[in-house]
Amino acid sequence: MTAVAVRLRVPSGRGLLAAIRRQPLAAIGIVVALAWIVVAVFAPLVAPADPLSQAFPPSQSPSLHHLFGTDELGRDVLSRVIYGSRVSIPIALVLVALAMTIGGIIGGVAGYFRGVTDGVMMRSADLVFAFPPIILAMVVAAVLGRGLQNAALAIVIVAWPSYARVVRGLVLSVGESEYVQSARLLGAPARRTLFRDVLPNVAGPVLVLATLDLANAILLLAGLSFLGLGAQPPQAEWGSMVADGTQYFQWWWMGTFPGLAIFTVVLAFNFLGDSLRDIFDPRTAWRSQEEQKA
Amino acid sequence: MPRAGGLAYFVMRRLVALVLLLLGITLVAFVLTEIVPSNAAATALGEQAAGDPAAVAAFKHHYGLDKPLPARYAIYLAHVLHGDLGQSSLTHNAVSHDLGQFIPATAELALYSILIASVIGVAFGVLAALRRNKPTDHTLRVTSLAGISMPTFWIALVVLYVGFYRLGWFPGAERLNPGTVPPPSVTGLYTVDALLAGNVGLFGEAFHHLVLPALVLAAFNVSLLTRFTRSAVLEVIGNDYVRAARAKGLPERVVVVRYVLRAALPSVVTVLGLVFANVLTGAVLIERIFSWPGVGQYAYQAAVNLDVPAIAGVSLFVAFVYVTVNFVVDVLYGIIDPRIRVT
Repeated sequence: MTAVAVRLRVPSGRGLLAAIRRQPLAAIGIVVALAWIVVAVFAPLVAPADPLSQAFPPSQSPSLHHLFGTDELGRDVLSRVIYGSRVSIPIALVLVALAMTIGGIIGGVAGYFRGVTDGVMMRSADLVFAFPPIILAMVVAAVLGRGLQNAALAIVIVAWPSYARVVRGLVLSVGESEYVQSARLLGAPARRTLFRDVLPNVAGPVLVLATLDLANAILLLAGLSFLGLGAQPPQAEWGSMVADGTQYFQWWWMGTFPGLAIFTVVLAFNFLGDSLRDIFDPRTAWRSQEEQKA
Repeated sequence: MPRAGGLAYFVMRRLVALVLLLLGITLVAFVLTEIVPSNAAATALGEQAAGDPAAVAAFKHHYGLDKPLPARYAIYLAHVLHGDLGQSSLTHNAVSHDLGQFIPATAELALYSILIASVIGVAFGVLAALRRNKPTDHTLRVTSLAGISMPTFWIALVVLYVGFYRLGWFPGAERLNPGTVPPPSVTGLYTVDALLAGNVGLFGEAFHHLVLPALVLAAFNVSLLTRFTRSAVLEVIGNDYVRAARAKGLPERVVVVRYVLRAALPSVVTVLGLVFANVLTGAVLIERIFSWPGVGQYAYQAAVNLDVPAIAGVSLFVAFVYVTVNFVVDVLYGIIDPRIRVT
C-alpha cells in the first residue's frame, strides 16, 4: 500500500495541527463537532424542556415558544433533538473505539504473524464484508433483540473488519521496512517490535478511517433506530424521531429537525475525515487558493 | 495448467475464493437459523398441525432437525442448492417464492437509481478534476460530502413532503396508481414490461412512480461516484499521452472523453460493488416510506418480526448477489488492467 510511503512525509504533532489549520473544512468540522459535544454534555442546561414531558399542546408548528415545534404527544421537539445528541454521539464514539481496538489488534496480529493466523482472521473479515453493512447489522440487531445496546454491538461487528484490513496491510509493509527488520535481528521480542515500531506507524491512516467511521456509525445507528431496531420509545433518539415524522408527515417539523441534527453531525465528521485524508494522502488533495500560490 | 499471471489463472483463483466465500455465507445463515431460539415446527406448521406428532416429525425430518449439527448443515446446504430457503413464519410461503415476488420491484428501483447516479456522478467527477482547486471543484467537494452525510431515510421524507404532499407533482407510494393493473410479467420490471406490451401510458405511470425513490437512492451514490471519478481522472490527467493529445491540438472535449475518461473509467468500475451495496442499504431504509413492495421492505418486516427463515433467506440472497457483483467487478478489472492479476 502506498499509504506507508506517504506516512513518512506526514508531519506529526505540531506539524499536523498546522496542516489542519490550512484546511478550512477541517476547521468547520471541528467547530461543529465540538459544538454538538458541548450541547450533549450540557443538554439539561441547554434544553428548554424535559424531552419526555408531554406538557405542551401536541403537533404545534415551530414558534417562539417551541422553536422546532411540538410532536404528536406534545413534547418539545427542540429539547428532544438536544437530548438526542446524548445518544448518538457517545455511542458512536464508544463503538468506533471498540471496532478500532478489536480490528486493530486482529489486523496487527494477522499481519505480524502471517500464515494460518492471518488466513483465519482475514477470511472472517471477508465474510463480514460479504454482507452489505445494514443487512448484517439488521440481522444481528434483530437476533439479539431490539435495543440501543444491541444495535451498537451490531455496528461493532460490522465495523471491525475495515480496521483489521487496513492495519494488516500497513503492518505487512511496515514489517518489511528496514527498521523493523533490524529490530528483529537485534533480537527484540515480537510484542515489543509490534507495539513500539510497527503500530505507531500505522496510526495515521487508522485515524482517517476512524473519523470517517464516526460519520458512518452515526448514520447506521440512526438507520437501525429508524427501522425500530435501535432506540425504543419514548427515548429521544434522532433516527426514531425521523421515523415518527414519517407517520405524521403533514407536521414536517417532527422529522425534519432530528434529520438535520444527524446531517450536521455526520457532515462535521466527514469534513474532518476528508481533510485528514488529504493531509495523509496528498496525491489527489484539494488545496486552498493561498497554498497554490505558495 | 493455466499460467500464473495469466487471465485464466486469475479468474480461476477468484472463482475459488468466490466459492469459499459463498460457502461461508451459507454457514453464517445456517448458524443464524440455529442460534435463534424458536420452535421452528410450530411457527411453520401453525398451532394445529404442531399438535400432530406425525406432522412435526415429518417437518423435522424434511429440514433435518432430528440430526446432529454437521449433518443439519449438509442438509441445509443441499436445500439451498435446490433453491429451498425454508418457509417464512410470517407469510407462510416458501422464502424463495416471497423473494421472487419482491425482487423485481427492488431490481427496477436499483437499476434506475444506479443509472442516474452513474451519469451525474461521473460527469461531476470529471468536471471537478478538470477544474481542480477552482471554485467549481470546492463546491462539488462540499456538495458530495453533504450527499454522503444525509441520512437516506431523511432525504426520502423531505422529498416526499415537497414533491408529493406540497406540490403534488409525484405519486407518494407504490409502483403504480391504485387500481392500475400491472403489465403482463416478463421481466418483473414494470417499465420494461409495459414497453414490451406496447403500453406507453403504463410505462409513463410506472416511470412517474419511480422518479422520487430512484432519485433519493441515487443521492449517496452520486456523491460517491463524484469523488471516485475525480481521483481517478486526476491520476491520469497529468500523463504524457494526455499532454501529447492536447499538444496535437485535439479539442478539449475529445481529449477528455477519449483519453482521460477512458483511462479513468476502469478504476471507477471498481466502486460498482460499493454502489450496489449502497442501493440495497437505501432500499431497506426507504422502501417502507414509499410503500415500495421490494426486498428491503421484506427484509425489514422479517427483521422486526424475527421471521428467522426469511431473515436468513434475505441475507443469503443479498450476500450472494453482492459477492457475485464484486467478483464480476474484480474480473472485469483484471481484464482491463492486467497488473491487478498478480496481487
